[in-house]
Amino acid sequence: MFAVVDPLLVLILMLNFLLLGTSRLRTAISTSALQGALLGAVTIGLHATPALRPIAVGGAAALIKGLLIPGMLHRAMRDAAIRREIEPYVGFVPSLVLGAVATGAAVLFADRLPLAAEHQGSLLVPASLATVLTGFIILTTRKKAITQVVGYLVLENGIFIMGLTLHDAMPSLVEVGVLLDLLVAIFVIGIVINHINREFASLDVARLDTLRE
Amino acid sequence: MSLALVLVPLVVALAAGLLPWERARHLMVPLGGALHLGLVIAALAAGGEPSALGGWIVLDKLGRIVLPLVSGLYFVCSLYVPAYLGLRRDRPSRIFCAALLAFLGMMTLIILSHHLGLMWVALEANTLATAPLLYFNRNPRSLEATWKYLLIGAVGIALALLGSFFLAYAGLHAGQASSLLVEDLVRDAPLLSKPWLHTAFVVLLVGYGTKMGLAPMHTWKPDAYGEAPGLVGALLAGGLTSCAFLALLRFYQICAAAGDGAFARELMVAIGLLSMAVAGVFMARQRDYKRMLAYSSVEHMGILVIGIGLGGLAAFGALLHLVVNALTKGAMFLAAANIHRAYDSKTIDGVSGALRRVPASGAIFLAGFFAATGSPPFGPFISEITILRGAIEGGRYGIAAAFLVLLFVVFVGMGGTVLAVVQGEPRKDLADTGFHDRLGTYGPPLVLLAAVLVLGVWVPPAMDGALRDATHFLEGGP
Repeated sequence: MFAVVDPLLVLILMLNFLLLGTSRLRTAISTSALQGALLGAVTIGLHATPALRPIAVGGAAALIKGLLIPGMLHRAMRDAAIRREIEPYVGFVPSLVLGAVATGAAVLFADRLPLAAEHQGSLLVPASLATVLTGFIILTTRKKAITQVVGYLVLENGIFIMGLTLHDAMPSLVEVGVLLDLLVAIFVIGIVINHINREFASLDVARLDTLRE
Repeated sequence: MSLALVLVPLVVALAAGLLPWERARHLMVPLGGALHLGLVIAALAAGGEPSALGGWIVLDKLGRIVLPLVSGLYFVCSLYVPAYLGLRRDRPSRIFCAALLAFLGMMTLIILSHHLGLMWVALEANTLATAPLLYFNRNPRSLEATWKYLLIGAVGIALALLGSFFLAYAGLHAGQASSLLVEDLVRDAPLLSKPWLHTAFVVLLVGYGTKMGLAPMHTWKPDAYGEAPGLVGALLAGGLTSCAFLALLRFYQICAAAGDGAFARELMVAIGLLSMAVAGVFMARQRDYKRMLAYSSVEHMGILVIGIGLGGLAAFGALLHLVVNALTKGAMFLAAANIHRAYDSKTIDGVSGALRRVPASGAIFLAGFFAATGSPPFGPFISEITILRGAIEGGRYGIAAAFLVLLFVVFVGMGGTVLAVVQGEPRKDLADTGFHDRLGTYGPPLVLLAAVLVLGVWVPPAMDGALRDATHFLEGGP
């Protein structure tokens, strides 16, 4: 079954690098949307015979991660009239290098973890760890509130991939938890973004620096 | 019965959100707190381990410590709400009151959850309920604090989920029917895959540690506690952090049952000492007394995990410390809120002579400082001495020495700020804020402080027994 899934996971890993290297917010948001849609496909592709539950979960994931949340972010971006991540804390080339190191480390670390029989030889675990780390890098090195939200989404995507390894064994509650989490987190963060825009006339979190030692 | 503990606050929250009359709405918070406390007392008196939802919700031996603590603290703090909101008529209170009550419901759900997925959802919901509480003042500073709280909190929660997945995978790899029920995981713990279990515990420690505010994941804390109303600070520092600690204890329990307790304990001692050290550094010359309290909270979270990490007698001390620390933090944050109202400033540049301007609140703040730094005759003295004894009896002299030195550093650092707040004369050029000590504002912190004092002199036998049971349960007993 990994014949379908592994190429998709490789594509997701490549999108990680696009996310790390772009300064355009529109590209970043769209890339995270594509990543979300691919995750939906992976969820369905993991099952040789089509079953209702994976299709429902995969469809919902693709809809929320690929359409709904990116749509909200695009709107926030338009409202705030910002297009680019300018002068991140760590430049784009160094973040690409960091991303490569993180991906390598993820593959090495995943190699040391024993896998269940049904996941032998699959890319699920390394792809999950690498995507989580990519999300971390984006979260910590970017200044714009919207880019940080994108980083958080990438982090969530990585966790979702890990959740897929448990898809047959986990209660539905946790599946719902992942989607609900995204929806609500973005809903609240969306509200905050609107307020940041109004209060500071900018979505630059570097201006949120009154509170420091 | 146990389900009602979660549902009652939520129903009252809904009622508070719908009520059109402001004064009645303010009274819904103490009403919800009183109903909840009544239910908790009834559940404790009934004995046994009431459960619901097929074992997903259980009031176990650890819950018997944390639930009455959180409920009692919440009730006393809720008595402060009508007086506080009466002073802040300029602010809309509808969402605030509803969120306060939902916050109680979700804290209860975290405590009762025996299903790791449900516990995680409760933590998530709790974080969302906190956002409007932090943003109560609706100014740029509180917005900044809310943004940091949400973003750092969301990452912590995401990692907590990832850790839960790892834990489930440890079971899946062992070829078991994957379950996230604590009972199942503890029972089958020896079979869990070790590499996955280790990875899971590290990620969970970081994730739930973020919610507890352990260093170096504590960075949201000074901002959130500094900008939120003191009442919210009291509930976060006394209630929510205790719940996150309880969540961490459940994972420790699984690790200990897997025969991997030593790995988890060393990690907790290390991160605990780091938290105390970071708190000590940032508390020195801290001008903002609410941020100072936040660092004090970081320090005490560190003490808690050190106690659990040392194990045995120190673990008993840590559970006692959980109780006395929550009560002390409640008293100090409410007193700090009164001082903040009386001076309209929360730094020592604007505040001095609190003992003259607001004698009751100033005295509680000063006494709270002695309690928080572990001076006799207050409760934290007993609990910190117990942890220290545990360290010495276990032959961990280096850790005992570091613990003592850090306690001293914190005492000196915190003392400078607290004494500057309470001593001296109020500045002459201060405008009259119209705030004076009233029973409604100094009564609640006084009650909490009195409880801390009583626990320093005498631990009721019932509580002592419950603490012993919980320690035994935590370390693998029935």
